[in-house]
Amino acid sequence: MSFKTTHELHKRRFGRNLGVGLVLAGFVAIVFGLTIAKVTSGDFQMKKSTVSGAKN
Amino acid sequence: MSDASINASTLREDEAGFGDYFALLKPRVMSLVVFTALVGLVAAPVPVNPMVGFCAILFIAIGGGASGALNMWWDADIDRVMRRTRGRPIPAGKIEPGEAMVLGLALSGLAVVMLGLATNPFAGLFLAFTIFFYVVIYTMWLKRATPQNIVIGGAAGAFPPVIGWIAATGDMAIEPWLMFALTFMWTPPHFWALALFMRSDYDDAGVPMLTVTHGRRVTRTHILVYTGLLAVLAVGAGFSDIGGPIYLVVSVVLNALFLRGAWRISRRDEDASESDNFAVERSFFRLSLLYLFLHFGAILIEAVLKPFGLGGW
Repeated sequence: MSFKTTHELHKRRFGRNLGVGLVLAGFVAIVFGLTIAKVTSGDFQMKKSTVSGAKN
Repeated sequence: MSDASINASTLREDEAGFGDYFALLKPRVMSLVVFTALVGLVAAPVPVNPMVGFCAILFIAIGGGASGALNMWWDADIDRVMRRTRGRPIPAGKIEPGEAMVLGLALSGLAVVMLGLATNPFAGLFLAFTIFFYVVIYTMWLKRATPQNIVIGGAAGAFPPVIGWIAATGDMAIEPWLMFALTFMWTPPHFWALALFMRSDYDDAGVPMLTVTHGRRVTRTHILVYTGLLAVLAVGAGFSDIGGPIYLVVSVVLNALFLRGAWRISRRDEDASESDNFAVERSFFRLSLLYLFLHFGAILIEAVLKPFGLGGW
């Protein structure tokens, strides 16, 4: 097995993959943060009538 | 052979990096979209959760970027001809046009759905309409069909504050349309000034710019007329709910300078412009950038001060 020097193209591809990875991680963080914001501000709270209807 | 190895068949020295894909989104246009959408969102009379507000601006920006990618996909042929756009990733041979189209469509879908979920479906739909307007109505249809292309393109660029407002309120009102009108009326003099000193670009590309179809004298007159109408609108908006004393002072000063610039452009002939390398046209173009930024900045300041009893009338 021979050890090859890293080609400039490898560096560029690594940069691209790293960029996509960071964007995806950022997207996950944003969706998580948005969910927390929505839940804590009561956006997903069920209406009282729906809740009491479900009990009957 | 591992997939990471290099051989002659896969090696492309000009292979795109991450930055090239980002450049497809037209970051400079995106910064204007972010700023004006933010002003629309903040000026709305409804408090918005900061995280929701952040997401709204982000997805409006991504929608704007997606339009940029679709625009570059469609206009790749004329971008190759124009000096100003020759370095873009597609004409430079770094990215295939099809890749730009897929990226643009994917990001459009993502932005519309996520904005709808983060704020309200109306905002998502309005973003979808804006992307459609910019890509289909402007880029594909009217840009190459009419010398009024810039006027129509200006409408597409003017929608972000309206989307920001709808994201906050879920409703329509007159105020965001005043902000729309400000950008809409500002775009023609801004771009026609650019067309005056980037003369060969649009000629070579065969885009029916006013300078090409109706001549440079008519373009100069159009700049003056639009600037006059813009001044009336911009100063008038100062007396509405988005205005206030700070906005009014900023607007009066900027419009006086802008009108002076437009007047000077209209009085010049080609020989005078050539002799100083379009100095007046160039300075008018630079002023136009400041003009829009400071007008929206003033609206933002008025909105931010309002809860403290300082902004607005």
